[in-house]
Amino acid sequence: MKPVLDSNNTDLPVMMPFRPGAATWDARDWAGLATSRRFGLALALVLISWILIDSAAAQMVSTQGQTVWQTLVKWTPLMMFGPEGEFGGFVLNIVVSFIAMALGTFMGLWLGLGQVSPNRFISRGSWAITQLFRNSPWLVLLFYFMLLLPFFIRIGDTRIEVSGWAKATFALSLPIMANVSEIVRGSIASIPTGQWDSAESLAFTRTQTMWRIILPQCIKRMIPPWMNWYCILTMSTPLISILGVNDGMRLTQDALAAEGRSEYLIPMYLWLMSWFFIYSYPIAMLTRKLENRFAVNQ
Amino acid sequence: MTDTWTPDQPIVSIKDVHKSFGDLEVLKGVSFDVMKGEVICIIGPSGSGKSTLIRCINALNDIQSGSITVEGLEVNTPNLDKLALRKKVGMVFQQYNLFPHKTAIENVMMAPLLVLKQSPEEVEARARSLIRKVRLEGKENAYPGELSGGQQQRVAIARSLAMNPDVMLFDEVTAALDPETVKEVLVTIKDLAAEGMTCMLVTHEMGFAKEIGDHIYFTDRGVIVEHGPPATFFKKASDPRTREFLSQIL
Repeated sequence: MKPVLDSNNTDLPVMMPFRPGAATWDARDWAGLATSRRFGLALALVLISWILIDSAAAQMVSTQGQTVWQTLVKWTPLMMFGPEGEFGGFVLNIVVSFIAMALGTFMGLWLGLGQVSPNRFISRGSWAITQLFRNSPWLVLLFYFMLLLPFFIRIGDTRIEVSGWAKATFALSLPIMANVSEIVRGSIASIPTGQWDSAESLAFTRTQTMWRIILPQCIKRMIPPWMNWYCILTMSTPLISILGVNDGMRLTQDALAAEGRSEYLIPMYLWLMSWFFIYSYPIAMLTRKLENRFAVNQ
Repeated sequence: MTDTWTPDQPIVSIKDVHKSFGDLEVLKGVSFDVMKGEVICIIGPSGSGKSTLIRCINALNDIQSGSITVEGLEVNTPNLDKLALRKKVGMVFQQYNLFPHKTAIENVMMAPLLVLKQSPEEVEARARSLIRKVRLEGKENAYPGELSGGQQQRVAIARSLAMNPDVMLFDEVTAALDPETVKEVLVTIKDLAAEGMTCMLVTHEMGFAKEIGDHIYFTDRGVIVEHGPPATFFKKASDPRTREFLSQIL
């Protein structure tokens, strides 16, 4: 075996020394994204379909004195930020995705640690919870928790309303929890056993070994799959519209109903879709970049 | 038990140790003593139980029967004080097993800080002197991935020494190294032995065993076949298995 001298080219699955800026998303990456052929192509497709639909529809709708484009612009504030004085729209989708991800990651970390616990009850129990929520359809979970969780929480004399979107966020955090649990379990298992041996021979306790030695090495390999799940979660947030939450999807439907014209159907959903695309594509690209960077040379 | 131990008694005493992995018995009644300051080398073919034996001394593997004591502390007991044992026994592994997310000096400092809870200034000063001792001055802030195998192994030795052990176990520490870097690690071990550290080495470096070993043990299929001081062991091995092994190696 050759000694490893080049830190970028190690044959061990290890965390590389931190170099400021190396793994962050900097200006060059934005430039890379802007000039990326694939991203450009997809954007161009979206734009071309707009123009085609717009010009075609413009003929039909000119009687009303309103082009499709004008209609989109008119409804954009509602679709993006929700009705005046209320919180909703596409921004709510993003907020839900953030909170569900944070909650799911927190719970998933403990559940994953539970799965590798030497205590059989804890490990079996964590395994069962993980499998249950990993293999349940998200929509079923949403309906289930919408009905299961109370509409009000009573603390003393104060009644706190549990809003629909809060319940929906909690429901969405559960499959994330289960999948993060698997990511944590898998990455802990992927750390060479020699790390445990040497920590043990230096008299570290199991908890110290886990938090000081094993988990810091896991973070690197957990980030790409974790980001992938964030993208999947974001794409799934329109599911909450079915439960009456005023998210971007729901408000787009409302706007369509208000217009009452079926020829707006395609451009308006395309408009909403493009926001999701523009939000998620850079994350997907960054994930790919990190995956390549963290790839272990076998 | 610990209180009754005096330096004139064996520092490590192994008595009729049996160890199995499932149905496979890898140690079939191994016994020997190591005195303080002694350097012993365990040699033998692959799979003969050498590594398992020294892992048992450190309680990384448990044993089915028999007794292992380190400074009078019985290892084969369910209520073993692992912290007490591991303060006495340092171990270095074939694959170095440095913590890759920590620099060389952080690797050395971690255990004294977190396990022994010593003061940071004291620990750092000692870590620097240990890094000097293994001749890696200037590499304090290098990450393991930036060091060669030999350098990593020397950091691993310094890391074990930071716990101030009385016995050092070396498990084929040069087996993963390039021939040219083997020497730098062996020199470090030789320095340690010269300072009076009790060392137990599992090794395939026969020349080195001959040079620094006070006593050589040859194991095969879970038993000690033959042992003796290097002068007699290498010249007058009587057992046919030992002779065959030595003829292949030397």
